[in-house]
Amino acid sequence: MSGRASRERNWGLLMLSPWLVGFFAFQLLPIVFTVLLSFTDYHGTSEFKLGNFNFVGFENYLRLVTDPLILPTMGVTLKFALIGIPLGLVIPLLFALLVNSKHLIASSAFRTFFFLPTVIPIVAGTIIFNGVLNAQSGWINLSLKALGISDPPRWFSDPLWAGFALNLLAVWGLGNAMIILLAGLQGIPTELYEAATIDGANGVQRFFSITIPMLSPVIFYNVTIGVIVAFQYFVPALLIGQRNGDPQGSLLFFPLHFYRQAFVFSEMGYASVLALVIFVVTMISTGLLFFFGQRLVYYAGGES
Amino acid sequence: MATLTRLVSAQTAAAAFVSRRAVRTFASTLIVTVIGLGVMIVFLTPIGYMLATAFKPDSQLTAQNAPLWPAKAATYNYQGKDYPLYDVPTSTGIKRLALIRPFREDSDVFDPAHPEQGVFNVKGRWRTWSPVYEFSLTLENFVTAWDQVNFTLLFRNSLILAIISTAGTLFSCILVAYSFARFRIPGKNLLFIILISTIVLPPQATIIPLYILFTKLGWTGTWLPLLVPAFFANAYDVFLLRQYIMGIPRELDEAAMLDGANPLRTLVSVIIPQAIPAITAVTLFHFFFVWNQYFEPLVYLLGKEELYPISVGVGAFVTTFNNYPGRSAATAAVALLLPAVMFFLAQRQFMQGVVITGVDK
Repeated sequence: MSGRASRERNWGLLMLSPWLVGFFAFQLLPIVFTVLLSFTDYHGTSEFKLGNFNFVGFENYLRLVTDPLILPTMGVTLKFALIGIPLGLVIPLLFALLVNSKHLIASSAFRTFFFLPTVIPIVAGTIIFNGVLNAQSGWINLSLKALGISDPPRWFSDPLWAGFALNLLAVWGLGNAMIILLAGLQGIPTELYEAATIDGANGVQRFFSITIPMLSPVIFYNVTIGVIVAFQYFVPALLIGQRNGDPQGSLLFFPLHFYRQAFVFSEMGYASVLALVIFVVTMISTGLLFFFGQRLVYYAGGES
Repeated sequence: MATLTRLVSAQTAAAAFVSRRAVRTFASTLIVTVIGLGVMIVFLTPIGYMLATAFKPDSQLTAQNAPLWPAKAATYNYQGKDYPLYDVPTSTGIKRLALIRPFREDSDVFDPAHPEQGVFNVKGRWRTWSPVYEFSLTLENFVTAWDQVNFTLLFRNSLILAIISTAGTLFSCILVAYSFARFRIPGKNLLFIILISTIVLPPQATIIPLYILFTKLGWTGTWLPLLVPAFFANAYDVFLLRQYIMGIPRELDEAAMLDGANPLRTLVSVIIPQAIPAITAVTLFHFFFVWNQYFEPLVYLLGKEELYPISVGVGAFVTTFNNYPGRSAATAAVALLLPAVMFFLAQRQFMQGVVITGVDK
């Protein structure tokens, strides 16, 4: 019996080994190394050998305090997150409710088309939004003008609106959240609604006392993923603003600042500090979410 | 609707009740579906814009009174020559006339509806008349974009990358997921928690040391940094496969084991055939992931354009094509074609996979 158990363990570990090796080689060790690099002045253009990087103590961390771009770039990312996370919570929920409605004809076609933008590659999506939000020839502004708005936003040409334009692009790709919410909605036992109706609850009461609590684990999952994605977001900004975060730095997201320091200016030491900021902020916010969010989540089956 | 209601009230009470309910259901269906269509039209406006812009010449974008859909100015053939058609306001209403000889304050025109009148003169400035358009698709944007962006090379590169990377992911993730789902290993729960928490890990936290490592190995400027890590499993796909494998009845693999099959044989002959829907989902996810991947190829390929995947290759044209909306739209359409077709073909498995990763948490 113990022979069998150890044989099972050996087989199990053998099959686990690709992940174990990958985790150490491509995740754990690199993070440790990022921490070490953050205390050095290593420059990316020089060869990686002992003489080329010196221990500089907390110099890179002090630079974080004096870097004039820290607050603006954090501001851009924070603004994106503060608008994007609530949108990412509400819009997919509304879509899921719509598709789930028994009054909707051809609901599976709606589901497919609401999901479609999610599979569109981010580069293609960026090109499309750059066009459809064009201040003159874009269909959005043509429609707004037709609706009587004589001076619609100039989107990617206006520092005030460029960030929000990317929020719209992000909303376009929320099909995953919608599908998960839809599955959640379909999993709510109809008896709950019937019982509530007999008790005299109206539609709004049923929504807030049955639908929302029953969906809370799924909503929690979507918010967590949304927070993680928001803090890493920068590729469309890099494509539109050409590395400078144009117009006028309004698209200079924090991860874009990191990208420039690391791979444009080759300041690997300082860039490691910026990478660690992204890492720590992500860890703290997901940690806080789990700490406070889990209390708000209702698990129907008791322990999850 | 009021008349409908009045009509039914004339019938018997029971029938009236049933009909009124039917009317109400019909009304809700109508309202919800109309709202749904409205939302969908707004939501898919960017795709409509892309298709329309890709198939029309850029000159149409700036032309006055030109329609949004792809079109060209309509002409009328008079005595062997093509003349442009205009909608001309006349004393007897708007007439569709061919402009034969334009002058400043008046013009010679021809009325195709009344050829017997011949060429005659009308007062009014022809520049104020609106040209007539007819539906017409042009492929010139696609032809130019295909050459300038070098899509043949990009497609080839992305396909090779996606196929190798997906094969590596399937191979490693199936093994790891099978192990997590079925084998008793000390500390397995802790390992699984570590695996799941790597989903949170931002790529920025590891990319500098990986870049240095791959440079040391001489791998930067090649595809190796993009391909090799795929053979070492990833949290998302392992999680999806593990959840699915755990749902396969244990009796099936125990029976195979009793017949003397070793775990690998059991995996191949029992688990994999049962897990095809999850494997399909992972294949699609990973294929899309590679097709989409931008940051890593941009960093690791060191500007070697002949190695660029479609995402990075197309990315260079986002702002270059700023003054050529038709070309940009055509570029986007080509770049999204393959993922869109794959999604339409396998949407059921795809969405099922999304649900497994999201709900079973």
